Amino acid sequence: MNKFIRVNMTTLKVTTEEVPAKYAGLGGRALTSNFVADEVKPTCHALGKNNKIIFAPGLLSGTSAPNSGRLSVGAKSPLTGTIKESNTGGSFSQKMAKMGIKAFVIEGMPTDDKFYVIKIDMNGVTVEEAPTEILGGCGNYEAIRILSEKYGEKVGIGVAGPAGENRLPSANISFKDPEGNIRSAGRGGLGAVLGSKKVKAIVIDDTGAERVSIADPEKFKAASKVFAKAILDHPVSGQGLAAYGTTVLVNILNEAGGLPANNFTAGRIDHNDNISGETLNATITERGGDGKVSHGCHAGCIMRCSQWYPDKNGKYITSGFEYETIWGLGADAGIQNLDDIAYCDREMDDIGIDSIETAVAIAAAMEGGLIPWGDGKAALEAIKEIRKPTPLGRIIGSGTAVVGKTCGLYRTPVVKDQAIPAYDPRSVKGIGLTYATSTMGADHTAGYCISGNILKIGADIDPLKKDGQIEYSRAMQIGTAAVDSTGMCLFVYFGVADNPGGYQALIDMINAQYGINLTSEDVDKLGESVLKVERAFNKAAGFTNAHDRLPEFFEYEPCPPHNAVWDFTPEEIDEVYAFENEEATNC
Amino acid sequence: MVQVKVKLFATFRTNREKEMMMDLTQGSTPKDVIEHLNIPAEEVAIILINGIHQKLDTPLKDDDTLALFPPVGGG
Repeated sequence: MNKFIRVNMTTLKVTTEEVPAKYAGLGGRALTSNFVADEVKPTCHALGKNNKIIFAPGLLSGTSAPNSGRLSVGAKSPLTGTIKESNTGGSFSQKMAKMGIKAFVIEGMPTDDKFYVIKIDMNGVTVEEAPTEILGGCGNYEAIRILSEKYGEKVGIGVAGPAGENRLPSANISFKDPEGNIRSAGRGGLGAVLGSKKVKAIVIDDTGAERVSIADPEKFKAASKVFAKAILDHPVSGQGLAAYGTTVLVNILNEAGGLPANNFTAGRIDHNDNISGETLNATITERGGDGKVSHGCHAGCIMRCSQWYPDKNGKYITSGFEYETIWGLGADAGIQNLDDIAYCDREMDDIGIDSIETAVAIAAAMEGGLIPWGDGKAALEAIKEIRKPTPLGRIIGSGTAVVGKTCGLYRTPVVKDQAIPAYDPRSVKGIGLTYATSTMGADHTAGYCISGNILKIGADIDPLKKDGQIEYSRAMQIGTAAVDSTGMCLFVYFGVADNPGGYQALIDMINAQYGINLTSEDVDKLGESVLKVERAFNKAAGFTNAHDRLPEFFEYEPCPPHNAVWDFTPEEIDEVYAFENEEATNC
Repeated sequence: MVQVKVKLFATFRTNREKEMMMDLTQGSTPKDVIEHLNIPAEEVAIILINGIHQKLDTPLKDDDTLALFPPVGGG
């Protein structure tokens, strides 16, 4: 992988260069975050001409390594104002890697009002005017179908939906999956950045691309086999995720009292079995038709946590029907009917809006009196307004923080203006530290402390106590920053957390591919370095430790059933990132 | 005697009721419950009593809710 492509949307000029030496050993999040830190003015407006957006496959993407097809997208976030890396499945990452493209950057912005499609193939890059039928409210399912018809069924596609065209702060970038359905680089509003640059879609055609070169194919094959076995042997990554999807978490979080309900006023619901993974599995199985209990979001996925959820007649409604979305609408907004939630999920995918941010925003809008509590039909109608967008659509599409302000709420569950997802920080304290301190705003995937707090994978820490949580959140954030740089799905963690051989095999694959000798310490250092770069960007953008805090209500509103409150002191929270100044001390 | 509500999840529901009341002798533990339900101990990953993580040998009290999970994960 040695091509570094830039498209300047001010001049519509394309430059293809050799990858700069400083980025040669980087991939995924390590590359996107270093690039954004190097080239994007931290104080710029995220929707202005000085922001840049970068797409980068992970270090192992495009190889035969299982689950290595994740793509990182980076920019300054219009939602949080921080640096952002949002990653996704689909086929885009693998195609980029096979074509030898290390990174693809879009910079500048046109002065006219036209939207464009950027087409990447083995002959180069072209910038064309977008077909009018995919603009102005056309849903992503239809846009992907039209673009696939025009450019070829097998092309990869990344598209800004109606939400992105309208530059809404929670717009995502939707990516075509292997069957032409949708995966999303969901969080942080990167679809709005794409929309601001008047890029409706990026199409990638890898026809004629060669295989990714591997320095030591035999060593790679052997390591890949060990790694695959580690994933498949673990009951969660090998069987559980495929059977129940990620929404298997509804019942465990509900039992543990950490399932935020009714805009974070309780930690448990009574209708949990309406929206649980067990029910999802049973419903899909019973309805048959297009329904699939398990499905992979990219070629080479062996965990298959996704699914196709059908209606009562067996017709496809949505796929990638995730726990956080189901929680947000089902528990936080109190919608008791899984079909209602599925139609909302489809609509959010079709509009191209983050289904976590929007679900939490819907719950806040219910508390604010804009939508009746628990009303799935009314929630769907409100989401549809984002497509147009009406003023209400714009408010909800601007995310939870804006809804909270608009409605005069103090109980607005966000950190750095990004919605807090599906795990209550009062009753699962480790994840609260990740929400508070992550460089991304509130983000469970930035350091998934649920694992050791609730699931007892990789660690065993009391979720209701502070003991051990600071070190744990720090270690999980560092490890995640490293994994996000490999192109690996984060869920590989379940397979390797308690299996040192599996983790070593992951490192061995990277070493075999590039002919290098990384150790696990080097991988930790990579993770730390990524976080330091991201923190430095955020500081330069105006963020201080005072922004690394949870909303105040968590401190004084006990969360039933355990009636836990958030009780980490500011000083304790700041210890999570104590390592960021270590290098300076050593010098 | 103590009366305990037992809740089963994921694969533990196969061929079993998902929720049941059980009358147990004083001093009974989750280990006794899973033996009674023919669930192999090594398959139990998470034991919650009244929403708190506990061990196989934690004594159960009257009115307790015991939730049993195989390994689960997501995110």
